[in-house]
Amino acid sequence: MTGYVLELAQAALALLLAPGVVGLVRWMKARLQNRRGAPVWQPYRELGKLFRKEVVVSSNASWLFHAAPFVVFASVVAVTFLVPILAVPLPFDGIGDLLVVVYLLLLGTFFLSLAGLDPGSPFGGMGASRAMTVAALAEPTVALAIFALALGAGSTNLGQIVARTMTDPGAALSPGHLFAFGALFIVTLAETGRLPVDNPATHLELTMIHEAMILEYSGRYLALIEWAAAVKLLIFFSLLGNLFVPWGVSLALTPATLALAVASLLVKVVILAGAVAVLETRIAKLRLFRVPELLSVSFVLALLAVTSSFLLR
Amino acid sequence: MAVAQALLVVMLTGYPIGALAALGLRGAAGRGLVAAGALVGALAGLALGAVCLAAGLAPTFTASFLPLTGVMLRVDGLSAFFLIVIGVVGAAVAVYGFGYSAAYDGRHSLPMLGALLNVLLLSLSVQVMADNALTFLMAWETMSLSAYALVLTEHDRPGTVRAARWYIGLTHAGFAALVAMFLLLSAGDLTTSFAAMRAVSLPPGVRDAAFLLGLFGFGAKAGIVPLHVWLPMAHPVAPSHVSALMSGVVIKMGVYGLVRVTGDLLAGGPAWWGGLVLGLGTVSALLGVLYALMEHDLKRLLAFHSVENIGIIFMGIGAGLIFQSFQLPALAALGLVAGLYHTLNHACFKGLLFLGAGSVVHALGTRNMEAMGGLVKRMPRTAVCFLVGACAISALPPLNGFVSEWLVFQALLGGSAIPQPEIALIMPIAVAMLALTSGLAAVCFVKAFGITFLAIPRSPEAERAHEAPRSMQVGMGALALACVGLGLAPSFVVRGLGAALSGLDRVASADVTFTVGLPLRVPGAVGEMSSPLLALGLLLLVGLVLLGLWLGGADRRLRIGDTWGCGRIGQTPRMEYTATAFAEPLRRVFAELYRPTRDLSIDFHPASKYFVQSIEYRSEIHPWFERVVYAPLFHALRRAATWTRRLQGGSLHLYLVYMTFALLVLLTVARWWR
Repeated sequence: MTGYVLELAQAALALLLAPGVVGLVRWMKARLQNRRGAPVWQPYRELGKLFRKEVVVSSNASWLFHAAPFVVFASVVAVTFLVPILAVPLPFDGIGDLLVVVYLLLLGTFFLSLAGLDPGSPFGGMGASRAMTVAALAEPTVALAIFALALGAGSTNLGQIVARTMTDPGAALSPGHLFAFGALFIVTLAETGRLPVDNPATHLELTMIHEAMILEYSGRYLALIEWAAAVKLLIFFSLLGNLFVPWGVSLALTPATLALAVASLLVKVVILAGAVAVLETRIAKLRLFRVPELLSVSFVLALLAVTSSFLLR
Repeated sequence: MAVAQALLVVMLTGYPIGALAALGLRGAAGRGLVAAGALVGALAGLALGAVCLAAGLAPTFTASFLPLTGVMLRVDGLSAFFLIVIGVVGAAVAVYGFGYSAAYDGRHSLPMLGALLNVLLLSLSVQVMADNALTFLMAWETMSLSAYALVLTEHDRPGTVRAARWYIGLTHAGFAALVAMFLLLSAGDLTTSFAAMRAVSLPPGVRDAAFLLGLFGFGAKAGIVPLHVWLPMAHPVAPSHVSALMSGVVIKMGVYGLVRVTGDLLAGGPAWWGGLVLGLGTVSALLGVLYALMEHDLKRLLAFHSVENIGIIFMGIGAGLIFQSFQLPALAALGLVAGLYHTLNHACFKGLLFLGAGSVVHALGTRNMEAMGGLVKRMPRTAVCFLVGACAISALPPLNGFVSEWLVFQALLGGSAIPQPEIALIMPIAVAMLALTSGLAAVCFVKAFGITFLAIPRSPEAERAHEAPRSMQVGMGALALACVGLGLAPSFVVRGLGAALSGLDRVASADVTFTVGLPLRVPGAVGEMSSPLLALGLLLLVGLVLLGLWLGGADRRLRIGDTWGCGRIGQTPRMEYTATAFAEPLRRVFAELYRPTRDLSIDFHPASKYFVQSIEYRSEIHPWFERVVYAPLFHALRRAATWTRRLQGGSLHLYLVYMTFALLVLLTVARWWR
């Protein structure tokens, strides 16, 4: 029973925390660029505002345009039940392993891209085409990183991967783990639409991806999509944090360990958000056709991860 | 047993009645009886397969009357499974065909279309039940020839005859290889039963030769790279329900043959057999999807995806064969189960997609995606069915395509159990390529569904499109339900597949048991998942979000406005993103592979080159197999033909000399052989 309560608490925490993470990255970026920046809770205000505004839908759009925000949001929230954000093992571990997580996120991207094409605007089509291209090219890296992690843990189930690294701390510093971390970090930047792959801060540039795809959305639909994007960022952060550096994740369901788990999650998220902020300040956006090169770097890292964890077993 | 016999009789009478009705009756009555015969036959075959699989029966049937004395039939687990595959797609195609073939009313090709459809279904069913080489080969050739004639239904259209020639050429090259293979396996007597072939132990060299011949023959039928060139030509030009049957079922006979021969008759082999199958599967999967991405002919796009999915099936089977050679029975069973599961799934969703494409072609009269668009409002039911198929083939949870690709992933991840690192390291590469393939498939189906069904119609035909007739909707709906059902009940399907493998106990050990439960737990798999609970969770979450929006007091106003066009007034279809544009980023990424030809001609104003009057841009991609593999082959053949023509002097005396000489040589060889 406590397990199920924990699942709900974990999902609720992810939903509540996610806009703050986006705000945190924005604020840190602003400070690094000598700007004052909006407060960390600005995204909450934006979501609140969007939920209170009316929706404008293109006359060309079909039912799919109305359905897509719900599919995107539901698939991302479903993932928060499967990913170890606070504790392992979770009662829903058997519902989906790491592969399911990856394909659930692809489900959201798929419907969002279709919705991008639906109003018939060239921006939507452009964004959809690019978002799907990046998602497809990131896929092999993700699969190989999963392979590397599964080799160590003997399972693709997230709970077991975390538990295994905790019982064998040396594994966290093995070359396989380090390479896989590097590979997944690059994928995180690509999948969550951060620099140098996509620029989350711009509208109406010919280089944009995610923002172009959702250009026709407004009101509560846009709020759901923006919120889902924030949760996706948090999911990737907690995957990076908890799969590779699992300490802090609660193994026993006592209040003390759970408090520690929340604290360690916050620390990890702040560190990763800082890394993203520094990176986004230091580097410029890549030309779209240079993005595959970046993704092939991550692919090579993932391949090295598998090879080394295989040979050093 | 009696039930099985009765079902067999029903099946063997249903199809011929349908075929004869096509030749005898005209109009709606004829089409109705054709569809009824095919439907009864397909459902009886489906029931026969289900009964045999559920009860663990393996009935045998022989015909004791001339001229069928050589015919031997046996329904073991594998046959039963393939009967189910044929039955599911066959039944849907039969119903759909009733409405679809109305377009051929009054044309001379209609009787042959109905008759050959039934003949094709009959030969498919007989083939998977065949218990000796002779029956198998006869059914195989009937299948190939009837499919050839069906491809030629619209022979007056450009390109059809050429496509059919490619098909018949490659399929007969494959047939020759299969005859040679069965001669090796049966020591020269084609009426030897499969049971006798299992019992003999052949020397390794002969086994290898038989495997390679089989791989060539079955690979040519399945459409494995580089033998796939006929597939994207022949499948699109056939009538759409025939395309569905060809892509859904006929190419699966290659899979059936490969499993039957390598898994059953030869009972597995050295690791390189599996490695070769896995490698060919990987290459096919990736190249299939890459070429599909560049297609804007809706049916050709689907045909290239068949190459991709056959590749995925071969990956599962290849992995299973590798594990078998390393004595890992649970993993071997997992690989084969994954491959067969994907076979059934692909039959359902590719059948569905071809039927959906057929409805679109039926309504618009074109296969060119750039002339489509906006159909989701004009053909809402077709659109929903096509969307289900598109999600399934893109391996999106919780549909069936996801479950079987997940199983293939699990089988490949099991590769770490292989003691030899140089072989085990193939597996991560295969995993990565499979992931890339499924990602690219998702891109391709966003394109296929988005450009075809969404946004504004791109042509007047699309503007005037109408929903498909009721019978066509029923055919598509049945397959869409099958896609959902196969996704939501994976542990039942896997247990059924476990029973189907019971005949292959020398490859996949019989003591590997599959349990039914909410989470899908498969022996050998390193993970678990539960697609029914996943589906339930997603539905619940959508409901909760709606409830939350309602309770939270979110704004409920909704205004219909124009699409934002940078301040431009009015939007025309020419402003929409096209299929070509959608695939452009990937065309650049894989430019080395595609090597597109570009042709740009600019017409300048005579006064100044800064004023452009018109620009014409043309870019094409030609798959390089025809050029690299087949053009040299045809060149060599032509040279050989020219050379042998010298023998033909036209003089009767000369021919008599040849014949006598050949006879003497053969007799001498025969005597020396003894």
